Amino acid sequence: MQRYVARRLVQAVFVLVGISVVAFALTHVIGDPVVLLLPFQASQAQVIAMQHMLGLDQPLPVQYLRFARAVLHGDFGISVRQNTPALSLVLDRVPATAELASAALVIAVGVAVPLGIAAALRRRTIIDRGALLFSLVGQSMPTFWLGLQAILVFGVVLRWFPTGGIGGLRHLVLPAVVLGVFSAAGILRLTRSAMLDIISEDYLRTARAKGLREVAVVGRHALRNASLPIVTWIGLELGTLMGGAVVTETVFAWPGMGRLAVQAIFARDIPVVQAAVLFAATIFVLATLLTDLLYVWLDPRIHYS
Amino acid sequence: MAVGSVLPEVPPRRSSWWPTWRAARRDPGAWVGAVVLGSVVLVAWLAPHLAPMDPDAQDIIHRLLPPMAVRTGHRFWLGTDQLGRDLLSRVTFGSRISLLVGFSAVALSAAFGTTVGVLSGYFGRLWDDLLMRVTDVQLAFPSILLSLAIVAILGAGVRNLIAVLAISGWVGYARVTRSRVLGIREREYIEAARALGARDQRIIFRHVVPNVLPSMLTIASFSLGGMITSEAALTFLGLGIPSNIPSWGGMLTDGAQYLSVAWWLATFPGAAIMLTVLATNLIGDWLRDALDPRAGAG
Repeated sequence: MQRYVARRLVQAVFVLVGISVVAFALTHVIGDPVVLLLPFQASQAQVIAMQHMLGLDQPLPVQYLRFARAVLHGDFGISVRQNTPALSLVLDRVPATAELASAALVIAVGVAVPLGIAAALRRRTIIDRGALLFSLVGQSMPTFWLGLQAILVFGVVLRWFPTGGIGGLRHLVLPAVVLGVFSAAGILRLTRSAMLDIISEDYLRTARAKGLREVAVVGRHALRNASLPIVTWIGLELGTLMGGAVVTETVFAWPGMGRLAVQAIFARDIPVVQAAVLFAATIFVLATLLTDLLYVWLDPRIHYS
Repeated sequence: MAVGSVLPEVPPRRSSWWPTWRAARRDPGAWVGAVVLGSVVLVAWLAPHLAPMDPDAQDIIHRLLPPMAVRTGHRFWLGTDQLGRDLLSRVTFGSRISLLVGFSAVALSAAFGTTVGVLSGYFGRLWDDLLMRVTDVQLAFPSILLSLAIVAILGAGVRNLIAVLAISGWVGYARVTRSRVLGIREREYIEAARALGARDQRIIFRHVVPNVLPSMLTIASFSLGGMITSEAALTFLGLGIPSNIPSWGGMLTDGAQYLSVAWWLATFPGAAIMLTVLATNLIGDWLRDALDPRAGAG
């Protein structure tokens, strides 16, 4: 157990180092920062002086180590466009992204888990077919298209909700539902198949045979055992959503991290791109790590070496 | 040839496809998926003959006509866009770019991912550790941001878009192939082939790859839909197909700006994407259920 945790931690650190290498590599291909910082008429001497000042005349490994050391101190550099530290620009967007991600996940889990259980219990009925159809269509609809249709119907025609921006609960409804539908489709499918796997087990037949009510059979015996893959999936989903829902945030003009990252890529604001990417990846790695550890704790049968 | 034919246990080859066809006959979803995807392929192929008008012909007087409108003897079935171009013709031609990008990206990522997976699973040890850590990094990296950043560097265009999508899609093939190969590697027929003096290269191409292919086909089918959606999403975000080529993603982007006055501009190209993706998902479901009966439980 301890060895497993230690190995997972080493793995997580390795992944983060790998991501920082990719993020660092982006600076050296996206465009020369010197060209971005200096005016067009800059002389060759000024360019060389600037390169020296930024350390760009050093060998690449030295530059990477310098970058890594700064990042470990939370220093991603100053945003080229907004003249503020890149990390604080990203951190400013965390609340908006967290609000959208958690609302979407609550909707997704709230719809998908009960529906998935119902579909598994009433297999091959209209409930099951309807649930499968919902998950199929939900997974096939491009998020931005669903978002546009939602804006068209509920924002433009019916005028029930605002078409974009952040504000109170009313602003949250459309983006959260749109983002939630896609997650719900996956969770629904998984819940259904996890429940189907469990339902045919002998101990459920025993539980029924000894006269337990159906609620207890499903709630206490089936769902608890089916919950492992579902929890894993939700953990990964949270890790992905917290990194910023790039497309949904763009469609609904939601000021989250995804939108910030897209705008930074367009503006070639490299420090902000690096900060956003590393932040999103760190969240994902942490979410995977925590999910794996939760798994060990939830299922004492599993022995990790 | 001699080595393969005298093996005591021959790996299942053609026979493994039989249940696939048998299951298709019983699964109406599979039929719907195949017919829809087949139709989209036909439409893309015959686009110049099927499209009622030139998809690029602008007619500013007849701009933003609603669906079914009739002007100067022409019926505009799906209406016209902000430059007066016939939407039905544009949706018809848009299928070409979606399928081109989708199939190319799937083929590239499948070839690369499967190769990595076979190397990783078959040779193990250092190869395995290194390649699997690379897939960890790729999985943790926000893929749409990576694609956007790479397109921003390389410049927008069809070829770059295919490359970027392939880069973000190979991990699934690599992971699944690796785990399948780990299972196959210790089987008796591999041992027997090795005992008879077959080289790694022969074992991989004769015995390992054919066993992995069905799983790869399942992933490929699901990922074709994903690639088409990603292509449209990247175009929508502004770094995908250049605007002079009619593409579903590009039409959606234009449509988003005219959402309150011309709903049809965003609705029809999006519906085309949805139908195509739906078809690939149906085919993927069918392949998965047919090739791996435990996974689907449908």
